[in-house]
Amino acid sequence: MIRAAARSRTVRLYAVAVVFLACAVLVGAMAGAAGLSPAATAAALLDRLPFVHLHSGLSPLDHAVLFQIRLPRVVLGALVGGALSLAGAGYQGVFRNPLVDSSLLGSSAGAGLGATLAIVALGSAASSAVPAAAFAGSLAGVAIAYLVGVTGGPGTSTLLLAGLAVSLFLAAVQTYVLQRSSQDIQQVYSWLLGSLSAATWHQTGEILPYLAVAAVVVLLHGRHLDVLAVGDEEGRSLGLHPGRIRLIVVAGCALAAASAVAVSGLIGFVGIVVPHAVRRLAGTSYRVVLPLSLLFGGGSLILADAAARTLVAPAELPIGVVTALVGSPAFVLILRTTRSVRT
Amino acid sequence: MTHRPGRRRILHRAPFLRALSAATAALAATTFIAGCGSGKSSDGASSRASSSASGSPAASFPVTLRAANGKVTIAARPAHIVSLSPTATEDLYAVGAGKQVVAVDADSDYPASAPVTSLSGLTPNIEAIAKYSPDLVVASQDSGGLVDRLGKLGVPVMIEPAAATIDDAYTQIDRIGRATGHTAQAEHTVAGMKSRIAATLKRAGSHHSGLSYYWELGASPYYSATSSTFVGRVASLFGLKNVADKADKASDGGYPQLSQEYIVSAKPRLIFLGDSGKSDGGQSPAIVSARPGWSGIPAVRSKAVIGLDGDVASRWGPRLPQLVDAIARAVEKAPSR
Repeated sequence: MIRAAARSRTVRLYAVAVVFLACAVLVGAMAGAAGLSPAATAAALLDRLPFVHLHSGLSPLDHAVLFQIRLPRVVLGALVGGALSLAGAGYQGVFRNPLVDSSLLGSSAGAGLGATLAIVALGSAASSAVPAAAFAGSLAGVAIAYLVGVTGGPGTSTLLLAGLAVSLFLAAVQTYVLQRSSQDIQQVYSWLLGSLSAATWHQTGEILPYLAVAAVVVLLHGRHLDVLAVGDEEGRSLGLHPGRIRLIVVAGCALAAASAVAVSGLIGFVGIVVPHAVRRLAGTSYRVVLPLSLLFGGGSLILADAAARTLVAPAELPIGVVTALVGSPAFVLILRTTRSVRT
Repeated sequence: MTHRPGRRRILHRAPFLRALSAATAALAATTFIAGCGSGKSSDGASSRASSSASGSPAASFPVTLRAANGKVTIAARPAHIVSLSPTATEDLYAVGAGKQVVAVDADSDYPASAPVTSLSGLTPNIEAIAKYSPDLVVASQDSGGLVDRLGKLGVPVMIEPAAATIDDAYTQIDRIGRATGHTAQAEHTVAGMKSRIAATLKRAGSHHSGLSYYWELGASPYYSATSSTFVGRVASLFGLKNVADKADKASDGGYPQLSQEYIVSAKPRLIFLGDSGKSDGGQSPAIVSARPGWSGIPAVRSKAVIGLDGDVASRWGPRLPQLVDAIARAVEKAPSR
């Protein structure tokens, strides 16, 4: 009986998450500075479904705005938000620490250094090379942190401290490189602030394979993270290899975060706030927290970006400002209403 | 050689205790001046004589100017000028003070003969600047306490910030001319700029006025300049209408971050790329035309996307007529409505 009740509760939560994501996509598709009428937008979207033929009345230019500019941004927002939240939840499971997200393990600092080097070294050729450089930098940052941490000693706190040290080191190198090339400051800072404003279908297609692999890898390890949450000893007594699981999950999270960072720059807070909100809703089992974080994260970032696009339209706010402005109070609220924070 | 009248002012005005330390510094400064004086006289009268020898009879020192950082007094015709601003460097060479310039910052790439160093105007290193024993430093911003700290060394600093209006740009050239003993040539430079711009405007006429334009400063995210900015005012000379003006309420000082879909749906008839330089973002008319969703913009359809020289478009110096020319060519080519 209790199991059945728990299962139906989980099913309900998945339904809520899917509806939330769908609503966020709709809001994202409707909102924007171009002032397309919601009815025409809806008609144009429905027209794309098989067996539906509707005349939207949108001009070719409006049509291009909707399908070439707004929708890729919505989809990219969903992918980036989902990836960052999933990575955050995964890291929190690996490190048994609720305050960890991808920025703490060398990922953000590595991406920042990669992007800065690309912009400074390549100049005009940089715009196409920055995502690849950020992607590589992000993975390299995590790899260095992991190697330093693992050789430093067993356990998760060494790894975490190594991540912090590597992050600070990479950030210092990045600042030094930037200092040497002050002409590029505006470009680099724009990138660091994070943005989805240049989203294209091309970018979406580029990161999708990496994200899919990363998501599958991380989601498959929810059960193992639940066991490790009790402790490494208990995990070993059940035949698991804690070190190996940590390596696999960290690699998956690093891949997810790297593909997000490559196309969006550094967007903070999503990776911490969303998993916490999910835990508040669904309890602490990673089998549920991981997939729900993916869904809720996607929806949340779409909404944050919709706010960034419309609050001061036709101007835009940097999305990092929105996620921090909304994220920090939400975070405090979640902490206050949670009796005990367990991860 | 040093900031002598300034020192005296400090002595008169400073509270007694602080005067003591200032007096010590002033003593050192006086000794220094005496040392210079033995080789090259630097009081007002003889500097006038020496500058008339260099071909600028109107110059007279000491001269007190009002720059953005307040009153700046320059005791004698400066012979070791350090410029920390690319625009100031161009101004200095345009007014004929190039021979007096001993060092310019790493971003000053014009004219090619300017003595480029690794000095930075954004994060100035006072000791590195002092190494050139400057008798005048020109910068575009007072970062890192530049004015105060060089003032302590007796070095006068002129802050010439980004010009808000076209007249500001002229005023700065005039002021740099007076500060360096080239008043007449500065006036000549400004008059030349004005007449060249007037001729360009006359040639372009007014039959294209009212064309809408989008001025791009960055593409990731999309940063623009409104008509209240310096470049916006230059475009307004042609009666062009800026599509970013509606976004200016976001209080970003005339440089709003625009939503891409707004840019497209505003249908600008001209697009100016201030970010087409190698270090400005490397955008180009071809890249802009290939951006998804942009092909329907009138400016893209009529190939009225103009890659500007990023340096000319981001400075407010003597090459301003080149920027006006570039806009004029685009306006003349654009199909009239």
